[in-house]
Amino acid sequence: MAKMTYIKAITSGLDQVLNDDPKTLIFGEDVGKNGGVFRTTIGLQDKYGEDRVFDTPLAESGILGLAIGLSLTGWRPIPEIQFMGFTFEAMDGIVGQLARDHYRFGGQKNFPVTVRTPFGGGTHTAEMHADNLENYFTSTPGLRVVTPANPYDAKGLIISAVESDDPVLFMENLKLYRSMKDEVPDEKYTVPLDSAKVVREGSDITIVAYSAEVNESLTAADALAKDNISAEVIDLRSLSPIDTDTIFASIDKTHKVVVVQEAQRMAGVGAVVASDIAEEKIMSLDAPIGRVAAPDSIYPFAQAENDWIPNADDIEAKAREIANY
Amino acid sequence: MANGSKQIVDFAKIKATMADPYKHPVQVIDREGKVVDPDTLAKYSDDQLVDFMKKMVWERTLHEQTMNFSRQGRLGFYAPTAGEEASEMGSVTAFKQQDFLLPAYRDLPQMIQHGTTVAKGFLWSKGHVEGNQHENPNMLFPQIIIGAQYVETAGVALGIKKNGDEDRVAFVYTGDGGTSQGDWYEGVNFTSAFQAPAVFFVQNNGWAISVPRYKQTGAETLAQKAVAMGVPSVQVDGMDIVAVHEVSKAARDFAAAGNGPVVIETLTYRYGAHSSAGDDPSRYRTKEEEKPWFDADPLIRMRKVLTDKGVWSQDQEDKLVDEYKDEFKQAMKEAEAAPAQKVSDFLKWTYNVPTPAVKKQIAEFEAKESK
Repeated sequence: MAKMTYIKAITSGLDQVLNDDPKTLIFGEDVGKNGGVFRTTIGLQDKYGEDRVFDTPLAESGILGLAIGLSLTGWRPIPEIQFMGFTFEAMDGIVGQLARDHYRFGGQKNFPVTVRTPFGGGTHTAEMHADNLENYFTSTPGLRVVTPANPYDAKGLIISAVESDDPVLFMENLKLYRSMKDEVPDEKYTVPLDSAKVVREGSDITIVAYSAEVNESLTAADALAKDNISAEVIDLRSLSPIDTDTIFASIDKTHKVVVVQEAQRMAGVGAVVASDIAEEKIMSLDAPIGRVAAPDSIYPFAQAENDWIPNADDIEAKAREIANY
Repeated sequence: MANGSKQIVDFAKIKATMADPYKHPVQVIDREGKVVDPDTLAKYSDDQLVDFMKKMVWERTLHEQTMNFSRQGRLGFYAPTAGEEASEMGSVTAFKQQDFLLPAYRDLPQMIQHGTTVAKGFLWSKGHVEGNQHENPNMLFPQIIIGAQYVETAGVALGIKKNGDEDRVAFVYTGDGGTSQGDWYEGVNFTSAFQAPAVFFVQNNGWAISVPRYKQTGAETLAQKAVAMGVPSVQVDGMDIVAVHEVSKAARDFAAAGNGPVVIETLTYRYGAHSSAGDDPSRYRTKEEEKPWFDADPLIRMRKVLTDKGVWSQDQEDKLVDEYKDEFKQAMKEAEAAPAQKVSDFLKWTYNVPTPAVKKQIAEFEAKESK
């Protein structure tokens, strides 16, 4: 087993699915010779040829149209949208078409498309590159949305996403790409598409987070532990559907919960989690549901990102408040 | 720069001449029913020409019957097709069963010709899932988001090329308004970039609901838009079924041989409203505009050619109309007998593997539905 970065783990997973299924195709802007602007697909065109890994013209709606049409002719497409902000150009393709097509056919045809796209703040990108836009997609029936928070899950989830016959939006966190390493098996393994994971056990309070905020939550949990507050941290991994069973089981143990997201408060995943908890587990709670989220401004100008993105201190403060309620 | 000196580039001249290669519509039979290209017409047997006429009578009768059904409240959204028979039947008959059709909402007649039933067409209009499930698997349901069918065509065509399928193309329709969509360009351009086999039809019927063709673009023709993507294109008299068929066949041959896509602009006219849902053309266009198009009717034209040949009679046509009407009434009965739809099924089709929340909702609706 080798230590691998998050981005290398995704590359390794893509290598695996290209190897396993000759109908898989990777395409998008710069994914071929250049290996993607972040090098996520590096080496794959050399290994599998231009027929399987290829550049497209610069047009995101066209890329999604390509994915849908290729599905109709028996292929298993893995398109890349270079940055999540660019998914707006492919909104009809993803939300208006891809997510609905299996339903429209009354289940007769599958559209096994995995749309990969990088997102997430903290790397001082240009505008429209880092926004957390997941809520536009998690409110779309028919589409699965997953995002790994560590290299191990990154490889296992990308393989599951590609093997799934449902369309999946696979969100890759820009800041995590090269900032963390993990033991990642060389061989094939999968991580289920619709399951959250307890990444730190605790007994006093549950912190639910996803993507880069999982690490921030773990840092907060370390700080809380010094004051004998034992925090359990859950990584959602799947944003649609939400694995409420794992969350509810934890709340039955801790009776307190804080829900964390990097996206603006009004942008929904945390709100959905909080409403699920309120609906099913309110009688098990000893305190109000805490929420940590970015403020409801437009995504900040890059220089001010660190003042805006919720961090470990914000999570620690909210968790302390709820724990001591 | 000195006054009066010659400009390095003459944009006025470029602008005045840029449409020249694209504005000579292909025609075999003119509006008076005169054969202007006898050599092409001679390629068709009388039986083939009679078959064209039958298909146009079929489509015109389908149109009239659907308008009746609409008035009776027995259909949902329906886009009338009168006036576009030559464009629709002339084109679709140039394709083979293995070709993949990506229709828009005015293309139910082509879908039926390509391998589904009239009853399925009615079910689509009424809003029933069976209206999306066709005997010939090589077609999508009618696209509602104008332009989306064009980008999806790029994918189907690339898939055909990657599969190495022989003698197979994708073909797709939109209207004049559809050429203004970004997806229109992306679809044609992607297909060109991949040199994939597709034929892109633009049925220019003059109107995008109430907006006339000239307001869509400063381009003199819609066909010429293809040149920017390196794609050959042509205008064809869309009221002349032989010309439309001949051009469509040539386009299919060209694309199927691995030469990349083709764009065809058919010049036609929407006789009636945009849709059965309350559009009234008298709000935005005049009788004076309509008349020359009604006079150019594709059926009148073909009727004259066939009558001159002595292979068509009004009697024969009247009998056909009655037969078709019976067929459509029967199809409506069949559509009306389709099973009631269940929300639990909608939930089951939303994902291949239902999510836990959806599973719960399936159980809830199944309990309700079994009562």
